[in-house]
Amino acid sequence: MSNQPVRRVLEPVSDTGRNGLDYRELLKVSLDSLLANRLRTFLTMLGIIIGVASVVSLMTLGNGASEAITGQFSALGTNVLTIFNGRPNRGPGQSGNIAPLTMSDYKAIERIKLPIVGPVPQFSSNATIAAPAADKSSTVIGTTADYAKVQSVIMASGTFFTDANVQGASQVVVLGSSLKTYLFGSGEAVGETVRINSLACRVIGVMAAKGGGPFGSPDDQALVPITLAHTRLFAARTSDGNLRVNLISLSVIKADDIDFTQQRIQMTLRDLRKLNSDGSEDDFNVINQASFLSSLSTITTLLTTFLAAIAGISLLVGGIGIMNIMLVSVTERTKEIGLRRAVGAQSRDILLQFMIEAVVLSFLGGFIGVVFGSILPIVLTVSGTFNAPVTLNSVVISLSVSLATGLFFGIWPARNAANLNPIQALRHE
Amino acid sequence: MITIEQMTKVYTMGEIEVHALRGVNLTIHSGEFIAIMGPSGSGKSTLMNMIGCLDTPTSGRYALDGIEVASLNDNDLSAVRARKLGFVFQQYMLLPRQSALSNVEMPMLYRGIASSERSRRARVALELVGMGNRIDHRPNELSGGQQQRVAIARALAGSPSVILADEPTGALDSTTSEEIMLMLRQLNREQNLTIIIVTHESDIAAYADRIVTIRDGVVTADRKNEVLHV
Ligand SMILES: Nc1ncnc2c1ncn2[C@@H]1O[C@H](COP(=O)(O)OP(=O)(O)O)[C@@H](O)[C@H]1O
Ligand SMILES: [Mg+2]
Repeated sequence: MSNQPVRRVLEPVSDTGRNGLDYRELLKVSLDSLLANRLRTFLTMLGIIIGVASVVSLMTLGNGASEAITGQFSALGTNVLTIFNGRPNRGPGQSGNIAPLTMSDYKAIERIKLPIVGPVPQFSSNATIAAPAADKSSTVIGTTADYAKVQSVIMASGTFFTDANVQGASQVVVLGSSLKTYLFGSGEAVGETVRINSLACRVIGVMAAKGGGPFGSPDDQALVPITLAHTRLFAARTSDGNLRVNLISLSVIKADDIDFTQQRIQMTLRDLRKLNSDGSEDDFNVINQASFLSSLSTITTLLTTFLAAIAGISLLVGGIGIMNIMLVSVTERTKEIGLRRAVGAQSRDILLQFMIEAVVLSFLGGFIGVVFGSILPIVLTVSGTFNAPVTLNSVVISLSVSLATGLFFGIWPARNAANLNPIQALRHE
Repeated sequence: MITIEQMTKVYTMGEIEVHALRGVNLTIHSGEFIAIMGPSGSGKSTLMNMIGCLDTPTSGRYALDGIEVASLNDNDLSAVRARKLGFVFQQYMLLPRQSALSNVEMPMLYRGIASSERSRRARVALELVGMGNRIDHRPNELSGGQQQRVAIARALAGSPSVILADEPTGALDSTTSEEIMLMLRQLNREQNLTIIIVTHESDIAAYADRIVTIRDGVVTADRKNEVLHV
């Protein structure tokens, strides 16, 4: 044996002069390590997935819910001003002489030439509406053709009445969708005749369902030309010979104009009603639906904040999960770090390896979390139950928090371990 | 070639100072197969860690292939370990969920050897230790002796100047220990590898050509081994 010539099978390595890993090799080392320890990888990602998924779904659903609520009310018209009889800031049953709201108020507003749609007067009362098959006591509103524009009426069938119908006091009626169903079932209503307090009127249109509003559902109401209501249906004369209206509504074309418009109307009506001469209080109300919406938004903000708080708690829980697994895994891996250091890894190589592992884990977990968190909102949106598009906000917030947690707790303990003397790290139990 | 002159190492733990090495002088030539012997606590592992550039001495001189190790910073020490040294541990220290092949390749990653060359050298090294047919096995699919063979392959794959083995048979039964020692001696003879082992057992030391005995941190005997095993 000792007589054989010495020949090394493994020749010495010609030195590349290079220390440490290049990035491709680092990536491979990190991915190998993640793949070799699938359970640990999965458990670490689970914290991130749960945190991100709950934030994305809760925030998105909260947002969708508030928008659905606000949307229902905005459908009634955010730019709408409504003028009522009565002194502002007082409940019903007011004493003193209040001049009723009349067509002269309406005409005075019409004369101002404001950038508005309308004004539209409404004069309403209860009446019995009789169809061949059924009859019902409902609110019948006399109004003008502009009502359709101000209230954004959508017709399910037929047409709304026209200015000519209003001028001629035509015996025509437009029905709300529920009222139509009550009177005619699923059959055709347009072209039929109904009797309103025994006056025969032809049904010329049916409105699409709109849902409840603060003043009773338009779906249960019938609309007729205001001239017809004034002259043939209801008693409308005031003591001084004017024609009574219950309310006047209008919508401003640009939302910014709403305050200005409100002031102009207030001044005009005060002039008309000679309130300025003796400095009396207003005996009418100009109500802005936007102010109603803003109090509604307080409620929806509360809802969103509440859901966001729950989401925040799950993010925290997820973060603690990530932290625990990462801390435990680095403790477990201190021996591995010691070994790699002993065979020649610089502390930088160790740090970069753990950093890449943490980045891959966090991003992959975050991505899966976003996908899982989007499932419920998307299913609800697509099925038409609920419109909840995934918000960028929720994705950005949840991803940045969980990435920060994942990176910090992946890198910080690894940095400590990499700076240990290799012997101490190797002996670590 | 290793030159150690008046090397001391003092560990300070709070107020207590432990003098693990108290002035060691030692020269080791290329191609030697040497055993460092001594009772437990005599400073064998400490000396081994100094030779392995895993720690720096408190005083004294240490030159490895002409490199003065005492003056090196942490990154330079890593580079010296990667190029000059191969380690075999008592507890094998294989990465548990990776194949024998990737365990053997692993140290070569840290000195910029290309992937194909790493893989070629790892296969040759595994052949040399008789594990050529187990390259895809994971540590938990191998016996203790087989794991130590993989660990030896890992130590020699990069053609280091010196292979350091601290109690390489400490976790093995006597038959397996004998196989491992015979294999190390064969590698020393046929591959011209410089091998330093640490042991407290004289039967294990008996496989080496030279036996250095240390006691309380100083070399008390340094002799050629006369009673060579078969
Ligand atoms: N990291 C350390 N810190 C403090 N004391 C140590 C350390 N390493 C070794 N020692 C002490 O140094 C002495 C020599 O230890 P060591 O070299 O491990 O002995 P051996 O390997 O011969 O059993 C012992 O008294 C031991 O307790
Ligand atoms: Mg020891």
